[in-house]
Amino acid sequence: MIEITLAHYLFLSASIFTLGVFGIFVNRKNVIVILMSIELILLSVNINMVAFSVYLQNITGQIFTLFILTVAAAEAAIGLAILVVFFRNRGSIQVEDINSMKG
Amino acid sequence: MIAHALIFYLLSSITILSSIMVISSKNTVHSVFFLILAFVNVSCLFIMIGAEFVGMILLIVYVGAVAVLFLFVVMMLEGNFVKVKQGFLQYMPFGFFIALVIFFELIIIIGSWQFRPEFIKTAKIAYDVKETNTVQIGKLLYTDYFLPFQLSGIVLLVAMIGAILLTFRRRDNLKRQDILKQSSREREDSIELVDVESNKGVKVND
Repeated sequence: MIEITLAHYLFLSASIFTLGVFGIFVNRKNVIVILMSIELILLSVNINMVAFSVYLQNITGQIFTLFILTVAAAEAAIGLAILVVFFRNRGSIQVEDINSMKG
Repeated sequence: MIAHALIFYLLSSITILSSIMVISSKNTVHSVFFLILAFVNVSCLFIMIGAEFVGMILLIVYVGAVAVLFLFVVMMLEGNFVKVKQGFLQYMPFGFFIALVIFFELIIIIGSWQFRPEFIKTAKIAYDVKETNTVQIGKLLYTDYFLPFQLSGIVLLVAMIGAILLTFRRRDNLKRQDILKQSSREREDSIELVDVESNKGVKVND
C-alpha cells in the first residue's frame, strides 16, 4: 500500500479509461463532451505507456507517448473543425440532433 | 517513501474525481476546466515518476493548446445548452454495464499478470542512469525513431490543412484586394478622352 508499484498506475489508467468510455455512452448533451471523453481515453493510454516505460527501464514507451500526443492533438483539431462546420450548417451540436445520416 | 505514496494518492484521486466531473458536469465550460485539472494532475504524476519531458510536453500540448482550443469552440458555440439531460437516464444502465465490464476486465488483467523474469534483461534500449530523461528521449527519437518522428510531423500538417479547409468560408459581399486584377489593369480600361462640345457638357458614367 505504501510502496507505489506499477499496478497502482495501471489501476489509475484503467479507471480513467473506463470513465472515458462511460462518458461517451452516457453523454446526450453535446459532441464536445464526447471529444473530451476521447481525450481522457488517450490520456489513460499515455499513463499506461509512461508507467511501463519507467518500471521496465525502457525509454521507448515515452517516445510512443509523444506520438500518441501528436495524434491526439491532430484528432482534436479536426474534430473541433468538423464541429464548427456542423454548427454553421445545422445550428446545433446536440447529440440528439445529429441524426441526418440515420438510414 | 510515505510522502511519495501520499502525493501519488492525492494526485490520482484528484485526477479520477475531475474525470468524473468532466463527463457529468452540466456546463460544458466547467467540463473543459476539469479536463485541464485532470491533465495537470497527470502531468504532475509523470514528473513524479521520473518522466519529466513527457510531463512537460503534456502540460504544453494539452493544457496550452488542446484545452484552449476546446474552450474557444465551447464559447463560440455556446447557445442553447440549457435544455439538456433528457435521455441521460435512458442510456445510463447500458453505458454503466459496458463500463463495468471493461473495468473488471482491465482489473483482472492487472491483477493476474506478471513479467517474464528475463524480460527486463532482454529489453533492447535500457535506461542510462547518468543521463537526464530529455537527453535519453532525444538520443532515441532522432536516431531509431526518426522516420516516425517525421511522419508525426506530416500528420500534424495534414490536420492543420484539414482544419483550415473545413472552416474556410469565402464571403461574397466583402471587398477584397485582387492583385491580379489590379496589376493587369490597362490605360484603356479606366481613361477615356472626350471632345467636349460647347454648351453640351459630358455624360459621366453611362
